[in-house]
Amino acid sequence: MSVETSLIRTLIAERFGEAIEELGFSHGVHAFAVPPDMIVELCRFLKEHPALRFDFLSDICGVDHHPEAPRYEAVYHLCSLTNKWRVRIKCRLGDPPRVPSVTGVWRTANWHEREAWDMYGIRFEGHPDLRRIYMWEGFEGFPQRKDFPLRGYKDKLNPFGAEGPPPTQPDLATKDIP
Amino acid sequence: MTEVTELSWPEADAPHTKEVLLNLGPQHPSTHGVLRLVLELDGEYVARVDPHIGYLHRGTEKLAESFTYTQIFPLTDRLDYLCPPSNNLAFALAVEKLLGIEAPIRAQYIRVLMAELARISGHLLITGALPLDLGAMTALLYAMREREMIMDLLEMISGARMHTSFCRVGGVREDLPDGFFPKIREFCDIFPNRIRDYERLVDNNRVFLKRTQGIGVISAADGIDLGLSGPNLRASGVDWDIRRDEPYEIYDRLAFNVVTRDEGDCYARWRCRVEEMRESVRIIEQCLDQMPDGPFQIDMPTIAFPVDKDRVHCSMEALIQHFDLSAYGFKVPKGEVYSAIEAPKGELGFYIISDGSPKPFRMKVRAPSFVNLQALFGVTNAHYLADMIAVLGSLDPVMAEVDK
Repeated sequence: MSVETSLIRTLIAERFGEAIEELGFSHGVHAFAVPPDMIVELCRFLKEHPALRFDFLSDICGVDHHPEAPRYEAVYHLCSLTNKWRVRIKCRLGDPPRVPSVTGVWRTANWHEREAWDMYGIRFEGHPDLRRIYMWEGFEGFPQRKDFPLRGYKDKLNPFGAEGPPPTQPDLATKDIP
Repeated sequence: MTEVTELSWPEADAPHTKEVLLNLGPQHPSTHGVLRLVLELDGEYVARVDPHIGYLHRGTEKLAESFTYTQIFPLTDRLDYLCPPSNNLAFALAVEKLLGIEAPIRAQYIRVLMAELARISGHLLITGALPLDLGAMTALLYAMREREMIMDLLEMISGARMHTSFCRVGGVREDLPDGFFPKIREFCDIFPNRIRDYERLVDNNRVFLKRTQGIGVISAADGIDLGLSGPNLRASGVDWDIRRDEPYEIYDRLAFNVVTRDEGDCYARWRCRVEEMRESVRIIEQCLDQMPDGPFQIDMPTIAFPVDKDRVHCSMEALIQHFDLSAYGFKVPKGEVYSAIEAPKGELGFYIISDGSPKPFRMKVRAPSFVNLQALFGVTNAHYLADMIAVLGSLDPVMAEVDK
């Protein structure tokens, strides 16, 4: 356990108490687990704290742990260009997955979140423009979910796809949730 | 610029200004691939730009979940197809971290050498393509001539000009071929003079300077906020290079400068890349001088095929291991890793979650071009349409990497 891990851990514990769980240090990255409602607060804290300064958001990544529950996960990779530290924030999400958007903290989060929405159907609440990014408008389903077949579903354009109708998820369609 | 649709703005109170919606791409030579930009124009000014991507989406990440780790290498080739060795290296490093192994020193030198060759090859294209976008065609033709030399060198090493797939987990596929050293030394002698030629050709071109200097300025704070990386970020004055700041492989044994500039405009981004090519030649020369003898692959028959095939032919256990490795791949311990390298376009990261099987549970590619392209939002507002082309060119996105 290095000095920086204990520093990051102490600062987070001072600010957030027991709510944020530490997942240890591996391969150069400190990992923490956070409940979804605290993600924006934690990101802002990590970015703005003068001793930490995690100002660079490397990546936001969706994960599907099907059939485990809670099924989904949003993983954030932050980097501190000043201190040369990296942090991973993991956020387990239920079904349907919803998490507040961090576009207010970093503008770069915009496309990362659109990608996670497109591929996993993770709804980032407060995102200014949550549209599909890779798949076309009107595409049904979320292709990187574990229960989505690799070759897609069979239709007239895709004769090699899996049998069966694509899952329609009215509550997760691109329209806003009431 | 294929079609122009007029928008009616009922609430517009200025009668003589009319905003038009312009569709640029997806088939357009200046968009560097299949990128479609929906532009809202206010006269000649760009009021809003909305990049539409995904025309090249191949589902690399989804595919990877059904491939063994060795089978994924050819997929990574096709991300940034201008510099496949860097992509191979990034992926191999991530898997090696999960396995807790390290490639032999000679293999690390070979990988770095190839990655730097790839960096030159990638930067050469943009060195020529940015002037081309602005109307100066000559530079691209010369850049392509030198790029051909790199292609020949890569072909000598791996047998393939573009999609080398030369890295393996725990080393590289083969040793360097006979006669390679004189060839690459010749390249290292010739190339710096050629860089001077490009400079003479482009850098004194007044039209090029007018079109790039002071255009598309990104401040350091904006660059970090927009997630820019690589030469794009360094051109804004942020001194950050993963090769130096989080050294991987043998970069800590090499001496090189990290090129930064303060202007943050299109010219600075172009200039950074030209300078980086010089540094890459220096790195390659040091690799050649320092390269030790020794194995090019780790000696672990459960992970890498044995170099000495006689072992397989004479020992039952070795034969079983060989069969196992070819048929099922090797198992990677449970865990997760995020490993980033300084690819020519910026921070190329692989986030791999392993569930203990021979296939990754989840592989996420942090593609630098994807993030860099997004910056087009923030930069081009209140620019001329023609300048937006310069900004797009200077950000140097490779659409295959953007779309994964």
